[in-house]
Amino acid sequence: MKFSERWLREWVDPPLSTAELAEQLTMAGLEVEATLSLRPEWGPVVVGLVETVAKHPSSGDLKICTVSTGSGASMQVVCGAPGVAAGGLYALALPGARVGDSRALDAVTIRGVRSEAMLCSRAELGLGEESGSLLELKPPAMAGMPLDRALELDDHIFDLAVTPNRGDCLSISGIAREVAVLNSSKVRHPQTPAVAATSTRRREISLPVPDACPRYLGRVIEDIDVRRPTPLWIAERLRRADVRGINIVVDITNYVMLELGQPMHAFDDDRLQGGINVRRGRSAEALKCLDGLTRTLADDVLVIADASGAVALAGIMGGEYTAIDSHSRNVFLESAFFMPEYVRGRARRFGLQTDASQRFERGVDPALPAPALERASALILESCGGRAGPVIEAVSPGHLPAAPELTLRRKRLETLLGLAVPPERVSGILEHLGFRARETDGGWRVVSPSHRFDVTLEADLVEEVARIHGYDRIPSRRPDGRPAMHLQGPDPRFSAWRRILVDRGYFEAITYSFVDETVQAGLFESPAPIRLQNPIAEDMGAMRVSLLPGLLQALNYNLNRQQGRVRLFEIGRVFLAEPGLTQDFRVAAVTFGNIYSEQWDRSNRLAEFFDLKADVEALLTELRLNAESTYQPTDRAPFQPGQAANILLDKQLVGVVGALHPKRLSKAGIEVPVYAFELDAERLAVGPERPFAEFSRFPSMRRDLALVVDRDLPVGDLLIVVRASGGELLTNLELFDVYEGEGVDLGKKSLALGLTFQKSSSTLIELEVEAALDGILGAVQGKFGAKLRN
Amino acid sequence: MPTDPDLKKFAESAFAAIEAAADPQSLEALRVRYLGKKGELTARLKRLGGLDPGRRKAAGEILNRIKAELNERIARRRSVLEEAALESRLDAERIDVTLPARGQRPGGIHPVTRTLERMEALFMQLGFEISDGPEIEDSFYNFEALNIPEDHPARAMHDTFYVAGGKLLLRTHTSNVQIRVMQRRPPPLRIISPGRVFRCDSDMTHAPMFHQIEGLLVDEGVGFADLKGILEDFVANFFEREVSLRFRPSYFPFTEPSAEVDIMGANGWLEILGCGMVHPRVLENVGIDSERFTGFAFGMGVERLAMLKYGIDDIRMFFDNDLRFLRQFA
Repeated sequence: MKFSERWLREWVDPPLSTAELAEQLTMAGLEVEATLSLRPEWGPVVVGLVETVAKHPSSGDLKICTVSTGSGASMQVVCGAPGVAAGGLYALALPGARVGDSRALDAVTIRGVRSEAMLCSRAELGLGEESGSLLELKPPAMAGMPLDRALELDDHIFDLAVTPNRGDCLSISGIAREVAVLNSSKVRHPQTPAVAATSTRRREISLPVPDACPRYLGRVIEDIDVRRPTPLWIAERLRRADVRGINIVVDITNYVMLELGQPMHAFDDDRLQGGINVRRGRSAEALKCLDGLTRTLADDVLVIADASGAVALAGIMGGEYTAIDSHSRNVFLESAFFMPEYVRGRARRFGLQTDASQRFERGVDPALPAPALERASALILESCGGRAGPVIEAVSPGHLPAAPELTLRRKRLETLLGLAVPPERVSGILEHLGFRARETDGGWRVVSPSHRFDVTLEADLVEEVARIHGYDRIPSRRPDGRPAMHLQGPDPRFSAWRRILVDRGYFEAITYSFVDETVQAGLFESPAPIRLQNPIAEDMGAMRVSLLPGLLQALNYNLNRQQGRVRLFEIGRVFLAEPGLTQDFRVAAVTFGNIYSEQWDRSNRLAEFFDLKADVEALLTELRLNAESTYQPTDRAPFQPGQAANILLDKQLVGVVGALHPKRLSKAGIEVPVYAFELDAERLAVGPERPFAEFSRFPSMRRDLALVVDRDLPVGDLLIVVRASGGELLTNLELFDVYEGEGVDLGKKSLALGLTFQKSSSTLIELEVEAALDGILGAVQGKFGAKLRN
Repeated sequence: MPTDPDLKKFAESAFAAIEAAADPQSLEALRVRYLGKKGELTARLKRLGGLDPGRRKAAGEILNRIKAELNERIARRRSVLEEAALESRLDAERIDVTLPARGQRPGGIHPVTRTLERMEALFMQLGFEISDGPEIEDSFYNFEALNIPEDHPARAMHDTFYVAGGKLLLRTHTSNVQIRVMQRRPPPLRIISPGRVFRCDSDMTHAPMFHQIEGLLVDEGVGFADLKGILEDFVANFFEREVSLRFRPSYFPFTEPSAEVDIMGANGWLEILGCGMVHPRVLENVGIDSERFTGFAFGMGVERLAMLKYGIDDIRMFFDNDLRFLRQFA
């Protein structure tokens, strides 16, 4: 809520500077987000008294005025605004002033007549919207007075962030109450005597839903002049509160809302038919609201209705047909109490957030409608004339919210705060805040004031005491307790994986969990993603089904910024709807460019499939797996057929590695080769720490084999067979060359295997090795037609 | 020295030849020439047998002395030559040690992860466990269990993302984890829950996705003073300097009393976290006796702390993943 500091200080004026007052409110839980000085920078602008008005000799629209600037001086001013009258006080910009287009003003000649200064409108002074007429002032403003003083612009706008529990502070009155408590001073309430009825015009009120609206006050004021301008002091306060001026009646009801906190509504009484009925909406009913939109009602929406139907959404917004406009002569003022539960959520459902709904859904003091109605009546009579009818009140006392008696235990207060607040201080704080507090043996019995909807529990009272006493007075201590040792740290896989990938030259990325659905679909036709109902942007509307869309976007972002080598990884959740919602962690990486960053002496080359496979195996190694990972060629999207593999552990699919398909990359806007892998962390549990295994201390023997096989034979298959047929004696197997070309038949390739044999219980003898080699050769010959290379 | 002029000449020329040997190979050739099976000195020794026994002894002694001398000189010369050879090899092996290192250069961990790890490490010292929970959540865990009923004005504080066609939402805070933990286990509890959270908001200081760490401590006799102590410790250790901070009353539906914590930055107070004593209704919602147990909770934005620590002024930079940004944290 924004408000004028001067306005607040009319109610309560502690000896504090603006900054100190802001600090004090902030530290009491009413955060002042900003204070804005209103002091203008327009230079010499004063109040001018127009003494004479004469016609301009060569223009019917222009007038020549003599304007007094006090103490006998006067100036000649040419003015085109309608309504300028002798005897009026206006804003006068003197030479050197910066108004309107903000150039320094100078004397000018307008159609042959000299104009020494300028009479200004509100808009020219930056004080409101253009209305065509001049800003007119009233005494105590007087000729020669600097305009900023006349307009009380030595003021600040306070921008207060009122938390949802403190609806009672959405008014000057409520804020003043807080300030008074904080400074142990009193609030000066403006006197609002009841306005006596001078007319008998009235409208009956019925409350068929008293649990939603237990109190409704209404009054007709007839024969008013709605065309009068809103008094400057009201208009200025509204402006400083960021409330747009509408017309004098609406401005006054808004003023009363800002001042006292009671949202009110003014109907054109001539457009109402019969009595007022505060009832539930009907399902087929519709109402065209003040904002020009028609809304369909429902029976959980409370409406104000007359004989013709709904005329307002209770506590939210009025209807267009019954609104006050410049033709209105008679007004019906509403000042009511609506239960928060019946307003909450309704405004949002209709796409509305109004000053009224904001207050009613937080809770408005049910004792306010009567004084607010009197205050508004008095202001209307004063500013627009008219005759007030009697106040008609409909009330269901049994349905008005009643504050329960709460118990505040001294011991509980001390436990929750870690501080013993002196009892007399507790009583003082509560009473000052308007609570009725009675001290008992163990603490207090407390009844909340009618404006404090938020205080319903002992803990709420504890907060009230703490916040006024001051959080800074609560000591700091280290919690006692019995912290147990535990292994519930960060996921050990993730920290290890991060370090492994960083060592291998990757940077960690964090990409959004929601992605561009089109880009994602270009990579993965399926599965269909989980969509957001209200994405922040169209290209952030679908939950990711893989980490790759986000990583590729980040890769592309870097390619577009002259990066010639990009290696990124991410660990995060992906979201799948089928078969049931899953949101499992994955680790994925993308790479483009050389395996090493540019350097002076090393045969550098593009990173490709087997480099990523090594990265994957480094990650898997960290898991202490018992199962061997195997790789199966795959055509799955978005990978390139023939350069991609499914990664399996114990026959279970745990991930994929390969080159991304150029067509798919192109759809994501990437025209360079990219390799990627993605592992499903959910299927990669860490194995237990392994016990030490005794190793053989006997010498080993190494034999190399060169095998010629079909070119298309997957080497992985052959290695499995070699390992299996080598048995226990074969302790290590390395593939150290793959060769095709001269010396090897067309359609064949030669594989060079290094085999290490060792026995755990004795030294190997040549014969045993020969037998093992024969076994291996036999197996690969039988299975794959492998031959020894001569 | 021998008195026999011939023998003397032989010895002197052999000594000179050894001294003149330029490399181990020629030295070895000299050794063979003099001391080998058919060497010159070996031949002279063999000839001793032909001398009369009276002279044989003296001549033998002389020859053996020469032999010993030759061996010694050869060994000395060998060691000199080897030393020289090593010197010259090492000299040839000189490199420019100022050339840059080569091989894989490490990448780097994301600054948000670094910040998270740092925060986790601090709280783990005090016995806090780390707990994780779902990011797509239902309204009960994100709101109702935390004392935020439907249509409550406090929900407007959250700018929630909803999942289309259902009742699910993206969690707006990691407090959902606390509810799940408290449902499972009785106090005493000390947990922190780091993770991604989502709010429909975007500008220099707000991203639609960011990270949060929520902390929860529930035990007997826990008060606001404990909360203050722990957070003051945390802030001082996180920023590695004395930081002035203040606790400012605020409002969260799931804590009462509630506070926001500001730290003093270069341009005044900066809000860094929200906290408070766990609302009794939240404890009751998960079946914890709120008379016996009290607790506190706090929640802080990881990016916000990282921004303060590293001097970053636009939160969106964290999610651009620009290598020029990421490299700075390697």
